[in-house]
Amino acid sequence: MNLIAIRAIFAFEMARFFRTIAQSLISPVLSTSLYFVVFGAAIGSRIQEVEGVSYGAFIVPGLIMLSVITQSISNASFGIYFPKFIGTTYELLSAPVNFLEIVAGYVGAAATKALIIGIIILVTAFFFVDITIAHPIAMVLFLLLTCLSFSLLGFIIGIWASSFEQLQLVPLLVITPLVFLGGAFYSISMLPPVWQTISLFNPVVYLVSGFRWSFFGAADVPIFLSLVAIAGFTLACLVVIWWIFKTGWRLRQ
Amino acid sequence: MAAILEVDGLRKAYADGFEALKNVSLQIEQGEIVALLGPNGAGKTTLISTICGITQATAGSVRVGGFDIIRDFRAARSIIGLVPQEINLEPFERVINTVNFSRGLFGKPRDDAKVEEILRQLSLWDKKDNQIRELSGGMKRRVLIAKALSHEPRLLFLDEPTAGVDVELRKDMWDVVARLKSSGVTIVLTTHYIEEAEAIADRVGVIAKGEMLLIEEKVQLMQRMGQKQLDVQLTAPVTQLPETLEKYDLLLSDDGATLTYSYDTRADRTGITKLLSDVSASGLVLRDVVTRQSSLEDIFVDLVHTETGDAA
Repeated sequence: MNLIAIRAIFAFEMARFFRTIAQSLISPVLSTSLYFVVFGAAIGSRIQEVEGVSYGAFIVPGLIMLSVITQSISNASFGIYFPKFIGTTYELLSAPVNFLEIVAGYVGAAATKALIIGIIILVTAFFFVDITIAHPIAMVLFLLLTCLSFSLLGFIIGIWASSFEQLQLVPLLVITPLVFLGGAFYSISMLPPVWQTISLFNPVVYLVSGFRWSFFGAADVPIFLSLVAIAGFTLACLVVIWWIFKTGWRLRQ
Repeated sequence: MAAILEVDGLRKAYADGFEALKNVSLQIEQGEIVALLGPNGAGKTTLISTICGITQATAGSVRVGGFDIIRDFRAARSIIGLVPQEINLEPFERVINTVNFSRGLFGKPRDDAKVEEILRQLSLWDKKDNQIRELSGGMKRRVLIAKALSHEPRLLFLDEPTAGVDVELRKDMWDVVARLKSSGVTIVLTTHYIEEAEAIADRVGVIAKGEMLLIEEKVQLMQRMGQKQLDVQLTAPVTQLPETLEKYDLLLSDDGATLTYSYDTRADRTGITKLLSDVSASGLVLRDVVTRQSSLEDIFVDLVHTETGDAA
């Protein structure tokens, strides 16, 4: 295991994050605050309670998930796409590192950035609403797994993309709708039965539900299913990445 | 001396059927400088990329420092430094960070003294805190070299290090190569320029159309290339050479109107003055005198034509 190489990639990627610290942190905090104002204060005042929780507090887990998922994907996809775009992948491919080490460095850094942002949003939320965390360990576990799995997905997108447009395509066309329709701002029990069934095909539902359970102890789907879903998703991403490096797809000629 | 690089029967064919390398074999000894010459698209970069692990070979094997580049990829790649042809650098990074990154990527622990030494050697130390985008083209190329040297490789590939570089910087680059050689690094460089090979290489390989046409000591190759021909055209054809001219090994053309003399441009005395005075002393009258030299291009064309049997 080339630990020095993993650390080198990780540190290099984190340096980019800290170099642009203002935009890295201010924008998610600002947009989350806006969500609180719009959904929490303006709309929330008309909604009494959802599953026994005030609406303002109810949306906190969903908001964190929304930011963590989009940040994981954009950090990880940009992290590997940019070297590809400017041609510095030659160095990665000729270095004495295997695919796991490259992934650990890039995905580790992307997941860490997303985690930092998730924590900051959680702290911001405390300023707006009263939140209690019923299952802190499960909460941390869900947060970590989400950062990790969506950073893996972002890494795949970054390798797949052959232009900046494509880099934006998947997050915009697939991820954002899935997250918004994944129960971030509502409980799926509030939907008509048909849509409830359709929602069960959306993987994000399981994430948001599990994460919300760790806060309030109530979930849309069984917590066990949530864990299986996210573990399965992580595994699937790892298999795809392993295949990418094995075949050199979009990386090695 | 032990071979640091052994390439055996290397082939690279792309999905569309194009064969970039056709059964290339070569051995490079520790401590030598080898220049690979060849026209564009000859396969020079593909050869280097395959050795370094950027391109996957279709067939054949490569060993670096005795390690197979697939089975023992870590050991093999740790020995190699690569300076690519294109200037590929992150524009917003600082010089020192990008060099430290390369060292770490190759698994070497941070060593500020070593990195300083490398940057000073390449006259980059004053620029260490500059962003890459603030540097000139020549400086960027030095940064690429610094990155490649950061993990103290024993075998360094320089892919067209002086393409598009001005004369002064080219000389600088040659100095850098000479210093690296004296520190024991084996260097393989690709180039278009015969003068470059002449200035710094110990051996010269010629690649064309994916084949290694020759690889030999520079001195021998230069001798072949240093051959020049002098054609002496006569006003009146002759059927036989005068006896006084026999010692010159002259070639008489079929029509008897031209005498061809071959000589080495590097020799102290080419014998031209003596030949011309002997020609006129023998009573022959000169109409014109023409000299010809085979260029690298001629040698390429010649080699490709004779060895692959198709018209170049």
